[in-house]
Amino acid sequence: MKLVTAIIKPFKLDDVRDSLAEVGVQGVTVTEVKGFGRQKGHTELYRGAEYVVDFLPKVKIEVAIDEKMLDKVVEAITKAARTGKIGDGKIFVYDLEQVFRIRTGETGKEAL
Amino acid sequence: MKTQSLLATFLAGAFAVLVLAMPMLVSADTTPAAPAATAAAPAAAAPAAAPAPVPNKGDTSWMLVSTALVLMMSVPALALFYAGMVRSKNALSVLMQVFVVFSLITVLWCVYGYSLSFTEGNAFFGGLDRLFLKGTFDSATGAFSMAATFDKATPIPELVYVAFQATFAAITCALILGAFVERVKFSAVLIFMVIWFTFSYIPIAHMVWFWEGPDAYTAANVVDAMNGKAGLLWQWGALDFAGGTVVHINAGVAGLVGAYLIGKRAGFGKEYMAPHNVTMTMIGASLLWVGWFGFNAGSALEANNSAALAFMNTYLATACAVLSWMFGEWLFKGKPSMLGAASGAVAGLVAITPAAGNVGIPGAFVIGLGAGLVCLWGVNQLKRWIRADDSLDVFGVHAVGGIFGALMTGIFNAPSLGGPGYYNNWFEMQQGYGGILAQFIIQAKAVGVTIVWTAVVAFIAYKIADWTVGLRVTPEEEREGLDTSSHGESAYHL
Repeated sequence: MKLVTAIIKPFKLDDVRDSLAEVGVQGVTVTEVKGFGRQKGHTELYRGAEYVVDFLPKVKIEVAIDEKMLDKVVEAITKAARTGKIGDGKIFVYDLEQVFRIRTGETGKEAL
Repeated sequence: MKTQSLLATFLAGAFAVLVLAMPMLVSADTTPAAPAATAAAPAAAAPAAAPAPVPNKGDTSWMLVSTALVLMMSVPALALFYAGMVRSKNALSVLMQVFVVFSLITVLWCVYGYSLSFTEGNAFFGGLDRLFLKGTFDSATGAFSMAATFDKATPIPELVYVAFQATFAAITCALILGAFVERVKFSAVLIFMVIWFTFSYIPIAHMVWFWEGPDAYTAANVVDAMNGKAGLLWQWGALDFAGGTVVHINAGVAGLVGAYLIGKRAGFGKEYMAPHNVTMTMIGASLLWVGWFGFNAGSALEANNSAALAFMNTYLATACAVLSWMFGEWLFKGKPSMLGAASGAVAGLVAITPAAGNVGIPGAFVIGLGAGLVCLWGVNQLKRWIRADDSLDVFGVHAVGGIFGALMTGIFNAPSLGGPGYYNNWFEMQQGYGGILAQFIIQAKAVGVTIVWTAVVAFIAYKIADWTVGLRVTPEEEREGLDTSSHGESAYHL
């Protein structure tokens, strides 16, 4: 099993969600996050005070999947989240040791 | 625990004082209305045949509405305007400070503030005739005392005047808070406000605004005597329609002294301290704009031409200042900002305050456009020179705008520049104007006296607060935010 974590531009969330649904993903967890990468931040000016804002708002998506789906999922996210400009985000893939479904007590792939 | 026992002692003491004062308050009913600021005294000196003037219902209605509008300027307008500009961990503390200072000063106003400001005394302080507002209402006869306006035989009930002026005193004190938000100790705020209100607001209000009223000028030969009983700056001929000196310079300079003495916020200049909610600030500024019609047009004390002029000037100058600040910021800083537009509105309102009924429409254009640019400079270049963390720019907007407005009032009061001039003879009620340079110098002197007076009083008041409870919260409490560390609650649960 794999845990796929993607950091994407916030306005691409709906596209990514649709694209993941098309390849059969059953559920995702979404978090609003901030971070910095190669995309530059911006400056904010409040009266005389100037602040450089390095941390930009991003959306983090977490998907737990069977490893057989990995290529399709990564492709789905990449295709949907890509604009071709700096700041499109990254995808991280982890091995997933165990999964439990709280309601039924199912474990492993049954619980995905 | 120590704080709690102190508070218990304070509450018990305050209650005891009130109970002891009761006989005095009740016995006051049988005493005649005190002379100062009322139409009753001149009437007594005048031929007995003249009946006591009855307040005009239109005037009274307008002043009741104005009073409520000025109350709205503090709570919620100023509270929202200020709270939006701090970080979210301190938002509630700012709301709380404004709310409580407003209430505290209102109570002190009715205990002794009104009497010491607006009854006859010397050139600096009034008398004690109206302690606890005694003599404003006689329960035996049902008679209400009257306060003078700017026309003869046109009084309003004195209680309306008391309430109207109470809202001015209270918002002036609340304005100062912006200079030291996010690190000041709440108990220090209360101690400072009591002292500063008593020894700076009261005397400046008396010096600028106390006079015997037009009905006291019963004959040509009493003019000098009556003038001599007025406050010092009134005697000098300083023009301040609604509080450029009394409210804005007074508060702005006191704020700057506080910013120096309390010191900068932890992380100032390094950490991100942007306003947490400019929406809230915009709502506050907008409510201030509305409330300011009561503040400025209400300062005519009557529903008349002067109020109309003050109303239009307040409306127009504010809009001018929004545009000039915005275009100035766009030009020099790159982008037109909402915070800038809201700040421009307040700058315009501040600057037109002393001028409201004292200048014509040309004056409103110039003062409004000038105020936006001058205050934009005040919160940028001047602020860097001053090197103090005047967090919400109480000095940069209120003192700078107030000084600009007070000086411009002297110039644009001139009939040759479209201004109404002023009464230089309250017996014959003749309009006059002494000359632009002469009036400018009088205005400058009044500004100077106000700056020095408030700075000295504020310095002493901060020092006393520092010696008794300390001015600042601990660094840990400051990091945590004053909402939870000072008040045990937070503005937001998100």
